Parts: sequence; C-alpha cells; structure tokens
Amino acid sequence: MNIWDEKNECMSREEIEQLQLERLQAVMNRVHKNVIHYKKIFDNLGIIAEDISSLSDLSKIPFTTKSDLLLNYPYGMFAVPLREVVRIHSSSGTTGKPIVVGYTKNDIKTWSNLVARLMTAAGVTRDDLVQIAFGYGIFTGGFGMHYGAEAIGASVIPMGTGNTEKQLMIMQDYKTTVLVSTPGYALALAEHLEKMGINPNALSLKAGLFGGEPWSEKVREEIESRLMLSATDNYGLSEVIGPGVAGECSCKNGLHIYEDAFIPEIIDPETGKVLPAGHAGELVLTTLTKEAFPMIRYRTGDITCLDYTKCACGRTLARMKKIMRRSDDMLIIRGVNIFPAQIEEIIYSVAQGETPYQIVVERKSGMDNLEIIVEITDKIFALELQKQRSFQENVKKQISAQAGINVDVKLVEAKSILRQNGKITRVIDKRQI
Amino acid sequence: MLKIKNVNTYYGQVHALKNVSLHMSAGEIVTLIGANGAGKTTLLNSLSGIVPPRGGEILFQDVPITNLAPHKIVKMGISQVPEGRQIFKPLSVEDNLELGAYLYHRAKAEKERTKKTADMIYELFPILKERRKQLAGTLSGGELQMLSIGRALMARPRLLLLDEPSMGLAPIVAQEIFQVIENLSRESETTILLVEQNARAALKMAHRGYVLETGRLILEGMAADLLENKEVQRAYLGKDKKEIWER
Repeated sequence: MNIWDEKNECMSREEIEQLQLERLQAVMNRVHKNVIHYKKIFDNLGIIAEDISSLSDLSKIPFTTKSDLLLNYPYGMFAVPLREVVRIHSSSGTTGKPIVVGYTKNDIKTWSNLVARLMTAAGVTRDDLVQIAFGYGIFTGGFGMHYGAEAIGASVIPMGTGNTEKQLMIMQDYKTTVLVSTPGYALALAEHLEKMGINPNALSLKAGLFGGEPWSEKVREEIESRLMLSATDNYGLSEVIGPGVAGECSCKNGLHIYEDAFIPEIIDPETGKVLPAGHAGELVLTTLTKEAFPMIRYRTGDITCLDYTKCACGRTLARMKKIMRRSDDMLIIRGVNIFPAQIEEIIYSVAQGETPYQIVVERKSGMDNLEIIVEITDKIFALELQKQRSFQENVKKQISAQAGINVDVKLVEAKSILRQNGKITRVIDKRQI
Repeated sequence: MLKIKNVNTYYGQVHALKNVSLHMSAGEIVTLIGANGAGKTTLLNSLSGIVPPRGGEILFQDVPITNLAPHKIVKMGISQVPEGRQIFKPLSVEDNLELGAYLYHRAKAEKERTKKTADMIYELFPILKERRKQLAGTLSGGELQMLSIGRALMARPRLLLLDEPSMGLAPIVAQEIFQVIENLSRESETTILLVEQNARAALKMAHRGYVLETGRLILEGMAADLLENKEVQRAYLGKDKKEIWER
C-alpha cells in the first residue's frame, strides 16, 4: 500500500497534536492580523491569539459560516493582498452571489500534494491514465484533482463533464485506468456502456475516485460491479480548499482527514457544542496551512462522525465516515451545490412576486434531475401561451447562469401542487442515496 | 527531540514571547526568522535557561527543562553559540575551547574524550588547529565565529543553538560558516536551531522554519515553502509593510 507523504500521514497522535497546536496558534495570529472579518470578530469578543494554549481551546472561538463568507463578498476573507493570489475559484452561496476563494502559489502546491495523497491512497500511481470527468472552470473539482494527479506523475486526460459518448470512446481507446467523477456520473457512464453493449471487462479501468456528492455503500457496490473497478470516496469543499480534505484508503473504512492541514471537529448543529469522537454531528474544519484563504472553524453543513482508531493501512490520521446527510437544506445536484433559497429568489424575481412552487429532485438513470414545478397564478399568468413559455425559459436560463446547472421547469394549474396544512413542501428529494 | 508549548517570556513588564510553540526532530536544521526585536534571541535564551520563561513548557528528549539553570541545560545536551561570539580574547584558542568542556573538567575519565572532541573540532576547523596557541584576540571575525561554534561543540551537544553566526562577517566568510554548519548537521547529526539575519541563506540551509513577529509565531513550514511566501519575503527584506490591516 503506497502512502504519498509518509511523514505527515503516519505521525503519532502526540506529534500531530503538537504540529496542530503550533500551526493553529500561527494561523490565529495571521487571521487576526490580516483578515478584516476575523480582526473585527476577535476584537469585539476580546479574543486574542494567546487564548489558544491547547487544541481544545479552539472551542472558544466562534464559527465561520457561509453567511460570513457572503457578507465579505468578494475578497473580505482573504489573508493576503490580491496580487499574491494566483488562482480564484468560486462555490455557490445561499443567495445569488457566489463565495470567492483564492490560492497563493504555495496554496496550489499544498493543494496538489493533498490531492496526491488521496489519489495515492486510492491506488493511483505514476503509471496510471487518469480521466477527469469533473467540471474544469470556476468550481474546484476539476483543477484540484488534475493538479494532484500531475503531482503523482500520472497521465491526465482533462475531459471535463458531459459528452458521455466521447468519454466512453476515450476510455476505451486511450485505455483509461482511473476514472474521476461524481458517483452519479459514474452510474450514468455504466448505463450508457450497457446500452452500447460494451463489456466493462474490456475496459482498462482499475480505480475510480468519486466525490462531490454524498453516496452510499449500495452505490459503491453498484459502481464497482458495473464498471469493474475499485471505487473510493474523497471529500472536500471549495470554502476549505476543494477536493483534498480527506480520502479513503483501500480499506474503504472511512476517509482519512489530512490533520496536519485541517483540524476537524464534530458539533451538535443545534447547540454548536463540540461532540466527542464517535458521535454524529456537523463537521467543522479549521485550515492550518492555507495562506490566501484561511478558515477558522468553518461549518461545512455535512453530517458525519470521527474515528481516531488506527487504520490497517498504516495512516494514523483520523477518519470520517462517509457523509450521512446535510445539516441544512443544501442540495447537491450532479456535484453542484444548490440552495433552495437561491432558486426561490430566481423564481420570484422572474415572476415579479411570490408564486407557489415546488422543487423535485430525482435520480434518472444515475443522473440527478432537478425539476421546478410552478403554479400558474391569475395575476401574472393570465397571459398568452407565448409569454408563459418565455417565463419557463427565463427561469431555466437564470438558474443555469447563477447556479450552473440545467433544470426542468414545469408549469401547472393553480392549486394543483399538493399542500399539507395549507403549506407546500418546498423540496422533495426522491433520490435514494 | 525538542518540544515547546506556550512559552511566555518577559523582560520585566515587557512580554517578549507570547505563547510560542515549536518542535524539532532529531537531525533537523530549523531556522527562526523575523525582524529585529521579534524575539528570536529571546527564544534561544529561554531554551538555554539564560532568560527563563514565566509560563509554558519545554521538553527536551521528553524531559522538562523549563526552569532548569543554564549549566544543567548544557549538561542535558543543549549548547548555545551566543550572538557576537563572546570569546575570551586574552586567552588562547586552545584555552577557549577547553572552557567549552567546563562540564567535564573534574572527571578524570572525561579527559580522553574531551581531547577527542577537541581533535574533532580541529578537524572541522583546521585554521583553529593552526592557531591553537595564538591569543583569541588576534583572530579574524570568521575565525572567532568558528572558535565560538567549536567551544559550544566541546560540551558535545545534541542540540546546538546558533545565534546570528554570520553577523559582521564578509559575505564570503559567512558562506564558509554556513558550509560548516551544513557539514556539522550532515556528519555529526547534530540538531540545529538557527537564528540568522540572512534569512534567505538560513532558509536555503534549513529543513523547516518558523517566522516570529513581535513575539508571536505567525508561520511554520518547510523552508522551501517559506522562501516562496510573500509575507516572509517582505519580512526578511526588512521592509516595513504598511498595509491597511496592519495593527
């Protein structure tokens, strides 16, 4: 079993904790000095960096939430002047504005090495041909995995998303050995493969690294048997770094969190209290090594639990369970984060007022599908068919432009959406993840 | 090998080190960089017991040494090469070296080992052997620095604290001293904590580094990464950065 960075992945608990304490104290000093948001908050609460004398003192520091990031849009959370930032990515926020994250040259190096760790853990070596079917662009998935694979020295095929037939042709002809995608897309590829009558045994795939959305053991079995590869999970989020926060090893028994770079905590999402190891709760992450965009106690919204027992692979890093669910209402559609509030804002703005609507999420042949059902109200839609169509198109266009995914929009008669106690359930998620 | 947790050191009312935590593994060269007055020398002095910290914990090979007297700390294997050499100029080179073995001067059995150590040092610094009978006051700056390092090595330390070894030396002589430090680390596996005004040279030589700013550690990392860090570049160029968020 290969380990990319043995020095940092196999430290004793004592060594990890000493390193974490040093880096935590340093990052607290840096954010207090350089990030306006933290300076304000710390000064208001009378927090000084010297309050941190042990790792457990971290619980005295307030959380950073998605709304903090939105309030500081676009660059308020940066710890370095913009001229030192060499890359900017974004992730979706709860409203129209995205969250902007930046990387220095060193951050890109750190990120590449973190992804190289999870790729090595999943069995990728320099002899592999890695097909990356993640979006390249403003989302972190594509570039993050790409740089990690390059750091290992593997051959990278930067496919991007979609174009399933071409993906399969390349997979066959170029003899791809490693597939990187969302688990949903892997299933879609498998389905297409079967439709085309291609035997998965004829492919050269040996490993699949799937992330960007939560998936179950059941899905793992399905992908493994239909694509004939070993499927591992990896975890990350743009606000923290992108992919590269944690990854499964070949034991497939939890994702190793790279604790020299991040401090994980599990909290009760209601009370904010830190829960002991083994309890399920919301994952909170503090970055230790990031220069441009440090995060102190960022609430990920993902529910999981931590396991500090030793793993058979030799890594001493804590493991987190596969993400169980969200603590908020965020939807993950084909690896893209969507908030219902975002969609509501768009519908109301196009409809020029409140309109009854419902969001239905389904998984059709492996792919997530998001449908928006809007009721035709008298005041706006006593219009001719033409204008109704343009309403539909407008909602679609706006959502695709702001959230980055394609959705279906259906118009239905007034009062036809099922109501419970006079209220519409805003989101119906029919996926069995 | 060395583990420091939350060290706080004061000069009277002045809080010179604020919650400093740092570690070193055996065989490492670690460098401390920062502007004048950041607390680099204070940290070395806290380690060697010259300015004992008022709070925190220092573990050397898992043994707490936080409030030990300097001579006991030397005995445990930590020697400091002070800033400005601090050589006894009216004494000969040989005598200066012998003073470094002060710890062992009573034990007869140690005599042989002390002589061996001296021979090792003469091998490391051939020029000192040449001048062993000369008065230290007649040595050049580079030779004095070699003598100062040699004297610290006479105590056979496992951890060597080097304070500004290139200070006041011509660049070419400084280069020579750096070379010696690197050899020392490679050949004798001595662990070295280096404070150096020439941060670029120090980072090129070191494995890891810490950045101190007004008594606080603000950065830890691989030396190569620190060289790339813009904040470090500003700090060791000594430029006063007047950013809006500067407190």
